[in-house]
Amino acid sequence: MTGEGLGRDTAPSPPAEAARPVARRLGWAPYALLLPSLVFLVLFFATPMFQAFVLGLQDRGGSWSLDSIQRMLADSKFRSAVTTTLAIVVLVLPIQFFLAMSMALVINAKLKGQSLWLYVFALPLGISELAAGIVWVSIFTQSGWLNTILQGLGIIDRQIIWQSAETPWLIILTVVIAESWRATSIIMIILVAGLQSIPHEYLEAAEVYGATTWQKVRRVILPMLRPSLQVAMILRVILAFQVFATVIALGGTGVTVLSAEAVRWANDIDNDHVAAAYAGLILMLSIMATALFLWLLPTREEQYA
Amino acid sequence: MARPAMIHRFAALFAAAALGLAACDGAQQTTGPGPTGGQPTTGPTEGAGGPITFLSSQFGPVEEQEKVRNDVLANFDGEVEFVAFAESAQFQDRLQAEAQAGSGDISVLGALHGDLDPLAADGLLSDLSDVASDLSGLGISDEYLELGKLGTGQQQYIPWIQATYIMVARNEALEYLPDGADINDLTWDQLTEWGANITTATGERKLGFPAGEDGLLHRLFQGHLYPAYTGLVNTAFASADAVTMWTWLKNTWQYVNPQSTTYGFMQEPLQSGEVWVAWDHVARLINALEADPEGFTAFPVPEGPRGRAFMPVLAGLSIPTWAPNPDGGKDLIRFLLQPEQQVATLRSLAFFPVLTGELPGDLPPGVRAEQEAVAAQLGSDNALPALLPVGLGDQNGAYNQVFKDAFQQIVIEGQDPAAALAPLETQLQEVFDTSGAPCWAPDPVSDGACQVGG
Repeated sequence: MTGEGLGRDTAPSPPAEAARPVARRLGWAPYALLLPSLVFLVLFFATPMFQAFVLGLQDRGGSWSLDSIQRMLADSKFRSAVTTTLAIVVLVLPIQFFLAMSMALVINAKLKGQSLWLYVFALPLGISELAAGIVWVSIFTQSGWLNTILQGLGIIDRQIIWQSAETPWLIILTVVIAESWRATSIIMIILVAGLQSIPHEYLEAAEVYGATTWQKVRRVILPMLRPSLQVAMILRVILAFQVFATVIALGGTGVTVLSAEAVRWANDIDNDHVAAAYAGLILMLSIMATALFLWLLPTREEQYA
Repeated sequence: MARPAMIHRFAALFAAAALGLAACDGAQQTTGPGPTGGQPTTGPTEGAGGPITFLSSQFGPVEEQEKVRNDVLANFDGEVEFVAFAESAQFQDRLQAEAQAGSGDISVLGALHGDLDPLAADGLLSDLSDVASDLSGLGISDEYLELGKLGTGQQQYIPWIQATYIMVARNEALEYLPDGADINDLTWDQLTEWGANITTATGERKLGFPAGEDGLLHRLFQGHLYPAYTGLVNTAFASADAVTMWTWLKNTWQYVNPQSTTYGFMQEPLQSGEVWVAWDHVARLINALEADPEGFTAFPVPEGPRGRAFMPVLAGLSIPTWAPNPDGGKDLIRFLLQPEQQVATLRSLAFFPVLTGELPGDLPPGVRAEQEAVAAQLGSDNALPALLPVGLGDQNGAYNQVFKDAFQQIVIEGQDPAAALAPLETQLQEVFDTSGAPCWAPDPVSDGACQVGG
């Protein structure tokens, strides 16, 4: 059954003729190879996900109800958590893509000391989210590095308070800067991999026809990079919906995001049901954003499907 | 090609979903227990001589856990597994899980008076009268020993450590004290005036409160401002006096450093100079006083119209009925009450001894400064001690949240105090109805669940 099933799925075009014997030859091996990751996903992702949904749809007594979801919606911090999360997602994404693309092109340009650039750009990958948040606190706190430098240069007379609950947009700005620094390199890595898989012939052909650098980026690199962009975009938007430690470190109680509210309900208020409702909401938003990117940025394969 | 594309799409959605949830889990873990906070490394043991699991609701921050292990427990003749959590909910979960199972690893329980009270009511604490008589020569405060009986004939817990909240100022702030004000006898209104004077002189807002994620600001309302302005706490939650208090705080906030919403421990902003005058727990101010005893002044909390309200924090040691090693547990309790360990706890963790005798003379200057402020606070004519919540169990977090929400809505978002307090009063009542906790001092003690309307 296994080999035939695989063969039939890819049947319509002539290459499938060749695929059938290959599939038969492989037998159950592909499925056996998939099994460990399947078990892992079911055990550590699907099961807790299901449990979280169940928790979110129960009240504290354990009976089915929408009480937890209503409590979440009525929570005084709900609205600001949603808007702050969305604001961070919307602000962080374009900045990160511009930066990651520039960094990837610098690395791909094969400049002198190419590997040094890669290491420098990838440095933030090695730092945990909370540690990064604390580093940025030491920069943005009232007596921090930024104010000290600005004062030293004579640009400001008095220390600016960046992390005031009275100016939440300023806190969001600091979070966006910290997040851009912290999480751009993961996108860059994906884009570098994508760039390096673009066959040289295309770029050489473009050069032969006299394309400028910008034209090469616009007409050759970006379209060829579409699958990597899609993956990077999806990964990044999911991570942005989960932003937590940098916000806690930089914003304190001044601003809040969805994941911070989930943690607050679970840890501070000790109500796992409302926390699960928040987790469910983050999940739904992530799925919606993923669907949006699959639709906006179809890979060639999907376009012709 | 239709099928692979769809599979690809489904895989992406699944990955999105999986990552979404995993992040929530991960997020919780970042604020989770310290290095040994999770699973105990030792299983239950039979009889004396095995390792002693010591679960504590105090000293949750990782650096405090390390001090307990290295400075306080190091000389104990036996193996102790010290377990503490950064979040009180996790402490409650662990405790409830073992209590409901009727078995577990905990041999010694270190917790606040208010956490131990419901356990004693359920008959889950062993009688420690024999330990109390063993320790009678040490001079443990009689009042505290009486509290440790929790209204029963038996010694439910042995008083362990105490602490409270005080004020600390940088000395450069002292010249801006209002005319004729005595720093050891301030009123909350004078604090506002003081803050205003500093702002006028420096152009900066220099008062500070721990309103951040890890801060204890809710205790300012529960143990200080509410009783000082209303003479009560829960039963006057939305009263006219409470509105006066919130209006005062809203007005005073213009002199409070707006970065206060990121402060957990006030010792850091005091040391950096971002804040000149701060209120906090003694253990969260000590580093500033220790680092520069000449640069800071510790003083009692100000008084309000109804008195100088403050919050004594008393923690006790008890042995749950299901303890696998009760004899080892009793040894550990006797050990922790010895003057050496009591002073070690004071030196390293700034929690004060429960022993009444003279403390050794060579106390660090910062600790001595705090001790003098605490003594002045206790000894003031109109002292009004307000207890920590008693009997709330797993509703502790929800209870604190009501006060935090009131602060957020009234002071940060600028809502009208009376309008903001009305719906929160309903939430507060819900906390009491769920937990069934009676009112505690300074509210008149109630028979059934506390009624917040008075």
